[in-house]
Formats: sequence, C-alpha cells, structure tokens
Amino acid sequence: MDFLVNWLANVPGFAVPFALAALGLIVCEKSGVLNLGAEGYMLAGAMAGAGAMLSLDVHPLVALGIAALFSALLSLLFALLVITLRVNQVISGLVIVFFAQGLTALIATSQGWTNRSFSGLGELNFGPLSTLPVVGRIFFQQDIVVYLTVLVFAVTVHVLRATHVGMRLRAVGENPEAADAAGIPVGLYRLGAVVVGCMLIGLAGGYLTVAVSKIWVDGMSGGRGWIAIALVIFARWQPWSALAGAVIFGCIEALIPRMAAIGLQLPQYFVLMLPYVVTLGVMVWTSLSASRHSGQPGALGQPFVREERR
Amino acid sequence: MNAMTGHMRDTARLGLGASDAPPALSLAGVSKTFGDFAALSGVDFDLRAGEIHALLGENGAGKSTLMNIVAGIYTPDSGTVSLHGQPVVIQGPSDAQQMGVGMVHQHYKLVKPFTGLENILLSHPQGSFRAARERILVLTKEAVDRIGFDVDLNKPVEHMSVSEQQRIEILKVLVAGAKVIILDEPTAVLTDTESARLFEAMHNLAREGHPIVLVTHKLSEALNHADRITVMRGGKVVRTVLPSEVGEAELTELIVGSTIGSRGYKGCTPGAPVLKLRAIERHDSRGGALRNLTFDVRAGEIYGIAGVGGNGQNALVEVITGLGTADAGNIWLQGYGDVTNRPSEQMRRCGIACIPSDRQSDALAGELRIADNYAIGGVIKGLYGSVLKVDRRRIEADTREAIRRFEVMGVRSAHQKAGLLSGGNAQKLVIAREFSGEPTLILAHSPSRGLDVRASSAIHDHLRAARDRGAGVILISEDLDEVLMLADRIGVMNRGSIVAEFEVPADRQAIGKAMVGHG
Repeated sequence: MDFLVNWLANVPGFAVPFALAALGLIVCEKSGVLNLGAEGYMLAGAMAGAGAMLSLDVHPLVALGIAALFSALLSLLFALLVITLRVNQVISGLVIVFFAQGLTALIATSQGWTNRSFSGLGELNFGPLSTLPVVGRIFFQQDIVVYLTVLVFAVTVHVLRATHVGMRLRAVGENPEAADAAGIPVGLYRLGAVVVGCMLIGLAGGYLTVAVSKIWVDGMSGGRGWIAIALVIFARWQPWSALAGAVIFGCIEALIPRMAAIGLQLPQYFVLMLPYVVTLGVMVWTSLSASRHSGQPGALGQPFVREERR
Repeated sequence: MNAMTGHMRDTARLGLGASDAPPALSLAGVSKTFGDFAALSGVDFDLRAGEIHALLGENGAGKSTLMNIVAGIYTPDSGTVSLHGQPVVIQGPSDAQQMGVGMVHQHYKLVKPFTGLENILLSHPQGSFRAARERILVLTKEAVDRIGFDVDLNKPVEHMSVSEQQRIEILKVLVAGAKVIILDEPTAVLTDTESARLFEAMHNLAREGHPIVLVTHKLSEALNHADRITVMRGGKVVRTVLPSEVGEAELTELIVGSTIGSRGYKGCTPGAPVLKLRAIERHDSRGGALRNLTFDVRAGEIYGIAGVGGNGQNALVEVITGLGTADAGNIWLQGYGDVTNRPSEQMRRCGIACIPSDRQSDALAGELRIADNYAIGGVIKGLYGSVLKVDRRRIEADTREAIRRFEVMGVRSAHQKAGLLSGGNAQKLVIAREFSGEPTLILAHSPSRGLDVRASSAIHDHLRAARDRGAGVILISEDLDEVLMLADRIGVMNRGSIVAEFEVPADRQAIGKAMVGHG
C-alpha cells in the first residue's frame, strides 16, 4: 500500500512534461505544421529555466515563463524555415533538435550553469487537505503546475473545439486552400500555432529543471520530446487522450525509482529502455487499429503556396 | 444537354436596357502568365446588373483563370478590375468576399472533416462562436429553402457525395451575401432535376440583383439559360453574343475555331459476354452499398450505367477493379473464370482497365512526371526493362508518342509534373495509359466530367474505338446525355442494384424515372 501511494504520488510530476509537450505538439500540428523538434524545444526550455533560477534568482514560476519564451524564440527560426521559406518540415524539425542540443550545452557551459542545483518549485500548501490518508498524498502534495496543466488542457480543448480561432486553425491544418478561400491568413495562423505550441513544449522542458530535477545537465530531456511525438500519434491528435497517455508514461517513469527503492533488482538499461518499449508497442497498436480515422490533420507536413497552378 | 430543364427564358424581365448604370463587374485588358505560359492576354469582360452571363470555352481557354482573378486567388499581371464602376485591387479571397464577389470553384474548397455548417461558418467569424453558429444556421436554412436544396448541414463533408458538397459550396457563397456570383462548371456533377432547380435559383438570384457569371463548356446551358454569352479561346475573348443571335453550330465554331463532325449513335456488333456479375452484395462502405447487383457486359459493346451519384457506383468500380471486396456473389471474367475478390494487380493482369472518376487523386500521381505516370502500368508488366534496370529512353519515346496520339495539350516536356495538366489533358493522359495494354474490359467512371466539348468528344471517340476493337466497355456516368449518346445498352443503377435495363434507342423519361424511383 505504501509502495502504491508513493508511486502514484510521484506520477503527476513525471506526467506533466509529457502532457504539456504533447499538447504543444497538438496545437502546432493541428495547423498542419509537422513539428519533430520537440526534443530541442524541451532542452531549450529546460536550460532557460535553470539559467533563470541560477543567474536571475527569480520566482520559479517566472523562470518557467522564461523557459517558454526562450523556446518560443527558437521556434521563430523553425517558423522562418517551414512557413516563410517552405523548407521540408521533417528536416527542419530534426535540424532544430541538433541545433538546440549544441546551443543549450554551449550556453550552459559558458555561463557555468551545468551541474549546479537550486531550490526550484515547491509543493502547493493545501493545509489539512494534504494530510488526508492516501488522497492527500496523491492529490494535495503537488506543485501548482500540475493543477495548471489540467486547466491549460481544458482551455486548449475549448479553444480548439468551440471558438472561431480554433476552428480556423483546424481548417488551416486540414485544407489550407479551403481556409485561404475562406479568407483565413494561413501563414499567420501557422505562425501563431508554432509559437504557442513551442511555448508549451518549452514550458514542459522548464518544468523538468525548475520543478523536477532542480539541476541542469546537458541533454537532460532524455528523449522525452520524441516520446511526446509518439504520444500525439497514439492520441490521434486529441488532447484528452494525450493527457491520458502522458499519465500512463508518468506511471512507468515513476515506477523506475520506486522499484529501486524497494530493492527490486533489474538491469539498469532494461529499466531505461522501458518507456521506449512502451512507445514502440503503442505505435504498433495504433497502426493496427488505424482502420478508423487516424485523426491526423489532412495537410500535416505540407507547405502552403497560394499561387500554384494545378 | 439539359433537355429536361427546357427552361424558357423570360426575356421581358431583363433590365438590360439600363446600360447607363455601370456594369457590376468589368475587366479591361487583363493579362496573366504562369512561367512561360500566357494564360490570359488582354481580356475584356463585363457583367451587367441582373444578368446571367455565360463564359464559354474549352479547357485551358482561360475561363477559370480569369474568374480566379476576380475571386482574388490570382493577381493579374496587368489590366484593371472594376466593381460597379469603381476600379479595385483585389488582394486575396477575403478581399474579394468583402467586395461582394463569391465564387463556387470547380475543385471544391471544403474542409473534409468539418460539417457542412462548419464549412459555411468558417468564413464568418463575427460575434461569439455560438451566436455566429446560430446566425449562420438561420441564414443557411433560409438559402436552402429559397433554392430548394436537399442537404444535411450536420453531416461531415467527407461523407457527402460530390453533388452534396457542391450544394454546400453554393450555400457558402449565398450566405456570404455575394453581389456578384461566379459559378465554375456548376452542373458538371448534378442530375437533370438538380440542374433545373439550380438554374431556377440562378434566375431568381439574378433578378434580385445578384448577377451571375456561369463558367461552362456546355453549349445548351449557355443557350438556354444565359442572357449573354462570352466565348473564350486560348486566353483571349473571341466574341460576346446574345443567345438569340447564334445557333449551336455557330457557337461550337466560335469555341473550337473549327467545326467538329457530328456525333451520333453508330450500331455495334456485340459478341459473347466478357464480364458477368452475379448477385453481388456489399455492405455499406464509403463507396456505398451494393445489393443483388447482376448484369453482363458483352464484347464489343458499351454498357452504360446511368444513375444519380451515390447509388453504389463507387462500390461497383471498387469491386470490379479489385480495390474493394464483395461480401457475396461472384464476378466471372472471360478466359479467367471466377475472379471474385482478386487483388487489383491481378485484375489488371486479366485485362481490366479503369478510368476513375477522380483523375487527379485516383488516376495520377500529380507530383510525378508525365512520363512516369504514363509508364507505370507498363513498368509493372515488365515492358520497360527488368527490376534492375528501367529503360528510360523507351519510356520517354512511348510517352511522347502517346501524348501525340491522344492529343494531350499543354505539355512542354514529358518531365513536367502531371499535376500541372488541366482536367481534359490529365484525362487524356489517363486514357492513353489505360488503353496502352489493349484491355478486354474498360471501366470508365464519369470520363468526361468537367471536360469541354472537344476533349469529351475525343474521349468518347476513344471509348468507341475500344468497343469497335472488341473490348467490353462499362460507362458509368451521372450525365444522362453522355450515356444516351454512347451506350449500346443501358442499365439504371439505383440504391446499389441495376433496377432496369434498356436497349437503345431508349426512352429518356423512363430512364429518368428508374433513376429516382423508390420501388
């Protein structure tokens, strides 16, 4: 029982980065821009968050804001490539990952941020609620971002489903020619989606340093960006399914240190491999059950050019 | 062509005498080039208040390009566009919409997973989402009642038939409150009854002060429904005429520059059956359901299948070509016996060729070169070398030969992307490929949809030639005129089965009745 409570109490902290990154990807890809750079934006956010904590000594929430902004800055480069210059989106996304890996390591080393721990974001105080048996530990001993994540999901779902902006964004991702004919500025919508989406991904990265590890290490996102990309496919581009998927992955990740704590001996690399095995399994399952609509935006990965004769 | 509509124009209603008022739309000296290709050169055109103005011409004559300029899709290289006497610069589609220009495109601009209502709502983001939704719903229903359209606004567009999708497009323009309405080939996918209804609505709209540009290649439409006709050829205006001044022959000559020989029914000499379908059943799928579908096709005949779109035509094509499976029943092919549910590659090896209805997405790979598109069938059969080496030179020579023989126009080189071909020429390329293996059974689904007089006639000639060579031809078409003109025998498809068969000469009324009957 103790094991179970300890485990579940740790899940939200592990699930939040997956959830926010996946949501950012969904926002971006609903506009038809394929974003393979998630790993890069997470690194950028993580580094910026840690840097803000160490050098500017700001409130952790401000550091998270800086993480999102830095990621947004990086996304402008991506937007320039894929929206203005119409470079292949797969290649541009991959370039961003490698660029961010180098850039974050360079900045962090030159600023001396690497391997320095800081206090970071603490749990929210719910007073007596947090001492409730079982429930208190799982639901009322979390940091504020965990609760905000649920709110961000609710808001995003509402915007996508039941506002003009959301509907127009989806139209741009499904059929940019139709959207253009309806008077929607396709490029602008895509730019907005890329920037907002990458802010969410950067926030996910910032959360890794500011709230979870409270330390910056080079390449510390550890492939979570790639898992988020798989999550989006698994979730058929539906935010709530993506949140459920993030929780599942959070469960797996939270299990690893728990098992070590109770002295269960498993080869270290087997444990580290587990999330990817699950990712693979999920991808296979998704494509096997893909007889239904996969949910993929119709124009995903296609640049939009108005004046082309067909 | 729409003989059933037989709509007599009410010439008295025309306020055309009021020519002192500026035209609703006027174009002067408009030119547009794409690369080296001059699509339009110095075009003048004007649309008066209250009129239906037909813009007539072959594919590639520049009709659509001209109207796309008015709709803000393209910007002209030179020339002026004026609305109600005021010169305007149209920067984009939203600009055009604000200025009161609405265009129904030939290729629908609809978002597939969205419902019809959502597609209409897309261009009206005023007010809160919920309020806008309510307002647009009311406006749309009003327009629906006015035209007498039958359409489910809450159905996703991807589940709609082509004609339903078109209705949504027309509603979109009407709801947007367009002052000038441009319809690009609006009747290409409509049944006679639907076309008649549409023209009725068009006359009403024109009278209420929404002048209409009708882009078409159907002579009868222009002659029966337009107040004036402007004929275009090769990116230029040939002449603007009144329908009362010209006859069909004269108009044809204006369009093509030379007279096309008259086409009429020529007898056939059918042989033994090449294809027998027996009690084919297929559960509902995206192509529609098939119920107890039975018919034969003999060698040397064209078997026409008439019917309103969405009655299982797509499912029939899929079952015969092996792209879909039948749940019951069997397909017998001469020389091969029972071929039910064989995969499509084997069906092709058995000598079945198919001209699908959506040539751009089902028949051609638009991003690939013309030569590749032409040669793919031959490559699979091993005609152009082995797995290890493909004989490029032979492919190119054959492609050039096919381009010449099937008169594919607008080709600068065999290396050009197939997606850049206009409708008629793309179709000719498909036919050139499909006919290259001398197939024993040809399945043509709406082969002349959206094509002009000359291209349609060329395609019909090719189908006849294949028949005379001894092939069995199945012609599936929503255009009853086409079926009546070409077919040697006619089956009427209604709700997934052949409900009636007619020998030619057939009674048009009886066929029409079978097409819409519910018995």
